Amino acid sequence: MATTTAFERAYIWERPVRLYHWVTVASLLVLAATGLVIGRPPAFLTAGDASASQWFGTVRFLHFAAGYVFLFAFVIRVYWMFAGNEYARWHNFYPLTPTRFRRWLGGVLQVIKVDVLQIQKKPVQVRGHNAMASAIYGMVFLVTVFQIVMGFALYAPMSDAWFPRLFAWVVPMMGGDANVRIWHHLATWFFIVFAAIHVYLSVFHDVVEAEGEISSMVSGSKYFHQDAGGRRGVK
Amino acid sequence: MGRALTIWEQARLQGHSRRDFLKFCAWLTAAAGMESSAIAQVVQALETKPRLPVVWFHFQECTCCSESFIRSSHPIVSDIILDKLSLDYTQTLQAAAGVQAEKALHDTMAKHFGEYLMLVEGSIPTAADGVYCTIAGRTALDIVKEAAAGAKAIVAWGSCASNGCIQAASPNPTGATPVHRIITDKPIIKVPGCPPIGEVMAGTIVHLLAFGTIPELDRVGRPKAFYSRRVHDTCYRRPNYDAGLFVESWDDENAKKGYCLYKMGCRGPTTYNACAVTKWNNGVSFPIQSGHGCIGCSEENFWDNGPFYQRLTNLPGFPIEATADRVGLAVGAATAVGLGAHAVLTFVRKRDVKGGHESAEPKPQE
Repeated sequence: MATTTAFERAYIWERPVRLYHWVTVASLLVLAATGLVIGRPPAFLTAGDASASQWFGTVRFLHFAAGYVFLFAFVIRVYWMFAGNEYARWHNFYPLTPTRFRRWLGGVLQVIKVDVLQIQKKPVQVRGHNAMASAIYGMVFLVTVFQIVMGFALYAPMSDAWFPRLFAWVVPMMGGDANVRIWHHLATWFFIVFAAIHVYLSVFHDVVEAEGEISSMVSGSKYFHQDAGGRRGVK
Repeated sequence: MGRALTIWEQARLQGHSRRDFLKFCAWLTAAAGMESSAIAQVVQALETKPRLPVVWFHFQECTCCSESFIRSSHPIVSDIILDKLSLDYTQTLQAAAGVQAEKALHDTMAKHFGEYLMLVEGSIPTAADGVYCTIAGRTALDIVKEAAAGAKAIVAWGSCASNGCIQAASPNPTGATPVHRIITDKPIIKVPGCPPIGEVMAGTIVHLLAFGTIPELDRVGRPKAFYSRRVHDTCYRRPNYDAGLFVESWDDENAKKGYCLYKMGCRGPTTYNACAVTKWNNGVSFPIQSGHGCIGCSEENFWDNGPFYQRLTNLPGFPIEATADRVGLAVGAATAVGLGAHAVLTFVRKRDVKGGHESAEPKPQE
C-alpha cells in the first residue's frame, strides 16, 4: 500500500559545511589511528637496525600533517559560522541570548522525549540541527579547539616553524608535557565516542524520519514531508 | 680589607698563575654554556668584579643537590666557589656551627644587603605555620622571607626548591612549597632535577658570578642553556624510536640491544634537561644509557605522574589505577551498550507505530 507523499527538497548544508565535515572525518580517522599508535606502539618490529626503518617516524609525521589538515578544515568551519546560512551560524551552537537559550532548552527537552526516551511520538520538526545536536556540536567545536591547542603545544618543542611555537606557552601552563599528553589522549577518546554516537544517530534519523539525513551531507539537501505539518520548524 | 678582592686577586693569593686563571676562565665559559668568543668577557669580569657574596640554604631536602654540585667535573669549580670565593653560609659544608654559623649568615645579610646571591636547596613547608622545618629555632618560611628581602637574586636548586619534589607529592602533608610560590618579587632561577646535574649547577652559578646577570631563562624560569631541549630529542637511542624499535620488557633481547625505552615508561619525551648531552659523573653515563628509562625528575609533579614504568600515567581522581586508554575503552563500551539499547527500543517502537495509532513515522518509499 504505497502512499504518495509530497516532498520538499531543501538545501541545508552548504559546500563549506560539507567540505569541513568530510575533511574532518578523514583527518580524524588518521589522527585517532596514528595517535593511538603513538600512545602505545605495537611491537611488530622487534629486530634489526634503526637505520633500516623509520616507520614510527612516519606515523608521527602523518599525525602532525593530519593535525594541520584538521586545523585548517576547522578554520573554514569557523569562518562559515559567520558567513554561512542560518543552519551554519554560530548561534545554533551557542544560544547566548535569553530568547535563543529558552528556545534551545525547549528543543533539547523535546529531543530527549522523542528521540532518546521515545515517550512522545510526534517527531521533532527542525530543518538544520536539532537542539540536542547543536549543543553537542558546540561542545565538539570547543574540544576541537582544545585538542588543536594541546596537539600543537606538544608539537612545539619538536618544530622550528613559527606556527607550533605559538603554542609553546601552553605546556608550562598545564604543568608540563606529561599533563598535556594525558589531556590530548583523553580528548581523542572524546572524539572516538562522539563519532560512534554521531554515526549511529545519523543512521537512526535517516531510518526513522526518512528525510535523507545521510545523503544530505553529500548533496547538501534534505527532503521534508509536505504533509507532516508543512514547513517544519523554520524560524 | 678595604674592598672585597676580585676572583683574579684571590687566585693570585692562592698561588695560581695567570695561565691557570685563563684556563679556568675558558672552562667557566664553556660550563656556563657560552661560546668561546665570550671568554674575554669572562676574564674581564673575574678581573674586575669583586666577589659576589653567596648564602646557601638547606630546607626540606636530602642534600643530593649539594652532593651533585661538589662532584661537578672540574675540581677548580667547587674549589673556587666553595672554598675561596664567596660562600658565606651553607649548613652542610661550612666549618662554623651553631651561633657562629648564624652570625656569619646575619653579617653577610646585613653587610651586603641587596647584593648577595641566595641559593635555596629544598622546599619550604607551610603547613602548621611551617614547624616541619626549623633552623636555629626559626621556621624555614621565616628564614626564606628574611633572606630574600636582601637578595639580589635567588637560585632554586633542584626539584624541591623549584617544584616541591617528593615532599610536595600527594598528599603533601607538610604543605611543602617551592620558593617561587613564596617569594614573588625577586628574580628566581630554577635549576630543577633530583638532583640537578653538577655541571648544570656550576654553569648556572658561574654565569651569575662572572656576569652578575641572570642567564637567559625559559618560560618556567630555567636557564635555557641547559633546559631548552627534551631528553628525548638529544637521546642517543632516538633513532630506535623513529624506527619503531622498542624495548618490550626489561629482560628481552631488545633491552640488550639498547632499543628505545619509550614503552617502558621512559619520561624522556616529556622531560627538559641536559642529561643526554652533559651526562653524569664526568660524562660517564646517564639513566637511559644505563638501560633505565628517564623518570622525569626535573619536571613538575614527577612523583605524581607515575607509575614510572608505564608510558601512560595514571589518571588522578580515579579510585582504581586507570589510564586514559582504560577510561576511553570503558566509555566506548558504555556508548556501544547505550546505542544498542536505543536501537532495540527504536525497533520495538517502530513496530508499535506501524501496528498502531498515528502515522507520525513516515513510511519509506516503495
